[in-house]
Amino acid sequence: MSSDTRPATPMSRQIAEHRSLLDRALGLPKFILVVLSVALIGFVICQILIGYLVVSGQLDGKWYDVRDFGNAMVSLTDAINRSQMDSRIVSTLTYLIPALLGATGIVSVVGGWLLIGPWAERRLLAKFQIRQGPNRTGPFGLLQSLADALKLMQKEIIIPRGADRFLYFVPPIAVFIPAILGWAPIPWSPKMSYADLDVGVLFVIAISSLGVLAVFMAGWASNNHYSLLGAMRTIAMMISYEIPISVSLLAVVLLTGSTKLSEIVMWQSEQGVWLIMLIPFAALAFLFASTAEINRTPNDIGEAESEIVAGFYTEYSGMKAGLFMAVELGNAILVGALMSTFFLGGYTFFGLETWIPGYLILATKIGLVYFLFVWIRATLPRFRLDQLMGFAWKFLIPVSIVLMFLTAIESSILVRWDVPSFLSLGLIALVNITAAVGLTFVWMRVLFRDNDLSAPPTPILTRKMGGLQAAKVLRG
Amino acid sequence: MTTSTEPYVLNIGPQHPSTHGVFRLRVVMDGEKIKDLDMIVGYLHRSMEKLAEERTFTQNIPFTDRADYLAAMTGNLGLAIAVERLAGVEVPERAEYLRVIFSELQRIASHAMANGTLISDAGAWQTPLLYMFREREKILDLFEMTCGARLTTNYMRIGGVAFDPPLEFWPALQELVDELPDRIDEYHELLVSNEVFLARTRGVGVISPEDAINASLTGPALRGSGIPWDLRKADPYSVYDRMDFDVVVGKSGDVYDRFMVRMSELYQSVKIIKQAISQIPSGAHKTDIPLALRPDEGEIYSRIESPRGEIGFFLVSDGGPSPYRFHLRAPSLINLSLLNELGRDAALSDAIVTLGSLDIVVGEIDR
Repeated sequence: MSSDTRPATPMSRQIAEHRSLLDRALGLPKFILVVLSVALIGFVICQILIGYLVVSGQLDGKWYDVRDFGNAMVSLTDAINRSQMDSRIVSTLTYLIPALLGATGIVSVVGGWLLIGPWAERRLLAKFQIRQGPNRTGPFGLLQSLADALKLMQKEIIIPRGADRFLYFVPPIAVFIPAILGWAPIPWSPKMSYADLDVGVLFVIAISSLGVLAVFMAGWASNNHYSLLGAMRTIAMMISYEIPISVSLLAVVLLTGSTKLSEIVMWQSEQGVWLIMLIPFAALAFLFASTAEINRTPNDIGEAESEIVAGFYTEYSGMKAGLFMAVELGNAILVGALMSTFFLGGYTFFGLETWIPGYLILATKIGLVYFLFVWIRATLPRFRLDQLMGFAWKFLIPVSIVLMFLTAIESSILVRWDVPSFLSLGLIALVNITAAVGLTFVWMRVLFRDNDLSAPPTPILTRKMGGLQAAKVLRG
Repeated sequence: MTTSTEPYVLNIGPQHPSTHGVFRLRVVMDGEKIKDLDMIVGYLHRSMEKLAEERTFTQNIPFTDRADYLAAMTGNLGLAIAVERLAGVEVPERAEYLRVIFSELQRIASHAMANGTLISDAGAWQTPLLYMFREREKILDLFEMTCGARLTTNYMRIGGVAFDPPLEFWPALQELVDELPDRIDEYHELLVSNEVFLARTRGVGVISPEDAINASLTGPALRGSGIPWDLRKADPYSVYDRMDFDVVVGKSGDVYDRFMVRMSELYQSVKIIKQAISQIPSGAHKTDIPLALRPDEGEIYSRIESPRGEIGFFLVSDGGPSPYRFHLRAPSLINLSLLNELGRDAALSDAIVTLGSLDIVVGEIDR
């Protein structure tokens, strides 16, 4: 009973008044809860039923296995179209069912990766750093991300005094939207993409610049200098590195002649060559610029821990900070998916895709690109802001543009001449690689003509002690 | 359209990932550039110097562990040598060699830590730090084997060392010394040719030799600026005059040079330990001194080379069992005093790396 007699402190009052999320949810009116749970259960049952109908072949007499979800979806929409229903219902259903299924698919892919990704990254980093990594929660520590998420959800969310409360609330949600939307045009198998847009490449570029807005809001609303600095750095970098990304994607479009992502993959599959072999500079520029876009080492100056603590989300706590971290990871695999689609042949692997589901091949490629990111994070220090901006504006952009023009000339020749593809493509690859290496070399010479590019001096060994005089003698 | 900018104040610390302890920087910034910089110390002040006046000389040795907690052995040694010189205590030959071995091991551990944290400050996500810890762990194991403690060793005594190392110490030490040069080569391969690291450290935080002397810098910070000054050679203590080793001196005085000086000193330390192992005689490890040692009236300033520079002890004795005045010249504090000049008009990232390269230990600054 002693706790009743104690005087109420602000902290105890807060604890007494604090209601957890579960309490608040259970406090909703009963009928809303009933409706919500019925809707949820119904949704799940519908999904299972649709999946069963499609795969078992009851719609068009064909039996589908896990390899071709894409064809199964097409058969489903065909079946709905053929049915004797009202045309309005049909058109609604043909949009609604694939949309819901696809959205569920994308969210489960991203969500599944968010569960396994942090564990993989931490384990890999630990192996790079000769230590164990998380291995206590579940087998091999696999449940670590789940435990972390639960912990973060329980934590109190502190809103700093002086923060703009609305703007502070929006960014963790706003930052999630592009991370999910970006998955829409990515083809996972033939005919298996959420929205195979004709302007897929433009969509990708547009979506990737949306994240800036959330970062800016977070940095501004937190009312903290670290957040503001982090936001300024991130915005400056995102805007600068948009250009190399766009230019390298332009080279892809020029060669393949399409802005549709599935056609870009098909082109690579038909020609039997990955674009990274034809336009290596564009691919590497895309990869490097992407690391800047998604704030990963060596370009993680937006949240440089040793300088500005956590960058634009310094003031966020609990699951809000967790959302920012999750989005960072989600963006990393999104970049992996884009990189695989544009430059590494997407869901194809030189004919292997007829034997193995295409989405597994794509997932493997995403995993490999992600591994590369983790590898870089484990080994490289970070650049300074001015060095990074200089690299984008002085080197990446001019060289990318010159090489893009070269690709334009090559592609126009390719269209006009009727040469066997292995010959023409081999020639293109050779020319492009030579041009990239030569141009890099020459341009570096021009840029650093005043700088000392020689090896750094090794220290002097001496046995004679002394002051300034001795120092002068030593230096000669 | 003209835009105007306005300077703002950024508080770095006392809790910040790269202040290496509870140390605060009050920075006036204009965008990414630092306009002015204040260093605020004292968050770890424990009044060591005053407390020392109430304790006997031997009881003061644990304080030196907690001053420079990354180099406890050299702190211990500094005080022990000062009291020995004040009271005229003889030290057995074996103890001198043990002192050299342990202070060089401590130097390796401390330099490894300094360089690892420097690269972490430059943004490498802790990988170099953990690789450096690989060696540091083995050295701390050796400390634990010998005196039971890893960090606050309290090992040196007035007139010798506390314990003779156990028998299993010597093969473990030999093994460590044999593999260390290869490990240091590994760091060289990984770091010295890394373009990103070079871009971040070369030409950053340059200290001219004149400035270094005027600010009375010591240790790697001074030697990185090109001044050949190492107390192990310039004012030899213990048996350093019998050892064959070189002093490492940098050329340009930037962060990279300070890093390289520390890196190359690791080789020299290994060399010294090897010689000490081959030369060490058998015999007593300690002379017996009275429990409450009462030196004659007088004062002494005694200095040795700690991993961070000249650690000096100024002791005044009034003939009693405890010092009348106890003062510690902390190299970290004096090396830090130049950060104000170095940080001004630098980018924030550069200032952080420069701070890392000065290798401060806040326990020693605040005492």
